[in-house]
Amino acid sequence: MNATLLAGVLSSSILSGTSLLYGTLGELIGERAGIVNLGLEGIMLIGAAVGIAATALTGNPYLGIVAAALAGAAANLIFAYVVIGCRANQLAAGLSLMFFGFGVSALVGRPFVGAVIAGLPRLRIPGLGGGSAGGVGARLLEYDILICLAVPTAILMWWLLFRTRWGLGLRAVGESPSVAYAAGRRPERLQYQALGLGGVLGGIAGAHLSVALTLTWAEGMTAGRGFIAIALVIFAKWNPLWAIAGALLFGGAEGLQLQLQAAGADVSPFLMNMIPYLLTLLVLVLWRWNRQSAAPAALGRTFVGVE
Amino acid sequence: MQRDIAAIWRLAAVRTAMASRWALVAAIALGVFAALLTAAGKDPLKAYLDTLVYVFGNAYGFSELVVRMIPLLLTAVAVALPTRIGLINVGGEGQLYMGAWLATAGELALSDQPAVILLPILTVLGFVGGGIWALIPGILRASRLVNETISTLLLNYVAPLIVSFFIFGPWRSPESASYPQSPAFVDAARLPIFFHSRVNAGFVYGLACLVLYWLVMTRTRWGLEMRAIAGNPEAARRLGIPVFRYVVAVMFIAGGVAGLAGMVEVSAIQGRLVSELSPGYGFIGFLVAWLAGSSARGIVLMSFLFAVISSIGDILQITQGLPFAVINILMAVILFIVLARRPHGSAAR
Repeated sequence: MNATLLAGVLSSSILSGTSLLYGTLGELIGERAGIVNLGLEGIMLIGAAVGIAATALTGNPYLGIVAAALAGAAANLIFAYVVIGCRANQLAAGLSLMFFGFGVSALVGRPFVGAVIAGLPRLRIPGLGGGSAGGVGARLLEYDILICLAVPTAILMWWLLFRTRWGLGLRAVGESPSVAYAAGRRPERLQYQALGLGGVLGGIAGAHLSVALTLTWAEGMTAGRGFIAIALVIFAKWNPLWAIAGALLFGGAEGLQLQLQAAGADVSPFLMNMIPYLLTLLVLVLWRWNRQSAAPAALGRTFVGVE
Repeated sequence: MQRDIAAIWRLAAVRTAMASRWALVAAIALGVFAALLTAAGKDPLKAYLDTLVYVFGNAYGFSELVVRMIPLLLTAVAVALPTRIGLINVGGEGQLYMGAWLATAGELALSDQPAVILLPILTVLGFVGGGIWALIPGILRASRLVNETISTLLLNYVAPLIVSFFIFGPWRSPESASYPQSPAFVDAARLPIFFHSRVNAGFVYGLACLVLYWLVMTRTRWGLEMRAIAGNPEAARRLGIPVFRYVVAVMFIAGGVAGLAGMVEVSAIQGRLVSELSPGYGFIGFLVAWLAGSSARGIVLMSFLFAVISSIGDILQITQGLPFAVINILMAVILFIVLARRPHGSAAR
């Protein structure tokens, strides 16, 4: 592999890994509070469509990102109400959220099919000389704000979960809601907060795909990244810092495939497009082989209150 | 005598209550969906009326409902069967594509055979294609490696890529310049159709699968043992029930039934393998099975209901320029309402 290809793979693994990292963090925080959200794919689709729509309407990509984050939170709170407020089955409600996202994003995105938007601006990092280096170096050193904030967000999530009182309560709810309740926490309120924050991150994950990468809307454009992100939470052992590594690995798989296609490799694009899904399955298999699960103990259980 | 009458009255009251509850759910969902469409600048009332006229206005429109029910019946059975041992199969879409793929492979290899030989072979191939696709999650689950919900979801994205690989590559028909597809099936490979409509023998497959499903679940030792596994897998294992074999076999059969839907789609409807084979039948089948609570009669009713809802999607696509996927909103809202009203745990695994 020559240097240009390697640089290209690195650069595009960061580009496509960013969206995965936000998505993974969004799912992770909900799961830490004991709630599995299979609807992340739907949240990301809504984020992607709303991001494009708001950017096209206002002309400001930053507003597009904010709108996507709010839309993601709103959709996730519907899910939260169904699973926390009504105590519905989480898997079924998550899949309904997925269908909801398919539909809402198709409706929102429809008027913007073929619309051209100004993408999220790339920032030059002062002192690194990205602008003057030219060529590959410039591409490697110019990132939009969401890419720059991705790793700090992961660290912030880690700090929130493991170094604050709020995070301690959240994790306690994920392990045993009734014990957390007995210790004076409010499990349901913490779960709502976790899912609201998760929706914000999921919306941003979708918006980064559409507003920063493709710059167009296409129906179903997240193409299963939401499910890959859910698998990445398992890969990351429910730890935000490990999620960084996972997102880079899977972004790398996607990046490699894009670079090989760009380099004119004689492999069918359809076969190469399978790589991320098959790699996800493989990782899930390897992770389960010889490892005690690090999953929150009450993951997927419904908290029915304390008598 | 008096007690009988009282019992009949009670039953009638329960039925009416259930029917009115469903009517309420449908009304709320249609209302929410209408509000969203209005917000998007569309005319939902016109779409609803157009659908009614189209579906119930003449015999052809109604026959199209039956056509739509075929893949829903099959994909719903593919979901309902695994739920009976506590498995969640969300991979109907991928299994449908793989059934269609293997059936097409059979058609290409054996196109000189008469229909009496070809059609049974294609049916078996469709079943095997979908079955093998579900076997992967089945084995992974039975060996306690990967949860079947996530693996079936992931494989949904792989199967259409396999189909695309073949119709853009080795199977590409020379006549299809702009729109890649496989060569047209020979007449002997087309499932028979009835009454000058598109209603085809696939409906018989759907009903047969449903009857078999009901018989197995209610009248056989297998059904009993499956319920034991769903109740407590560990206890079932200790009783000597081969849980591993059940999980793998049930996933294979479920995938096979979804694969039949794919075989019917290429053999009876499309007449060739195309990349846009299904507008999400596998997913809609999941909703059908879930709302039906996996009961055979419920699946028939819900398939009919969702066939009508799908028709609203068609109408929106044709008359108001909206993507078909918009109809997912209506389906999701129905599921949300039902889940929110169901007491907790009843839909649990």
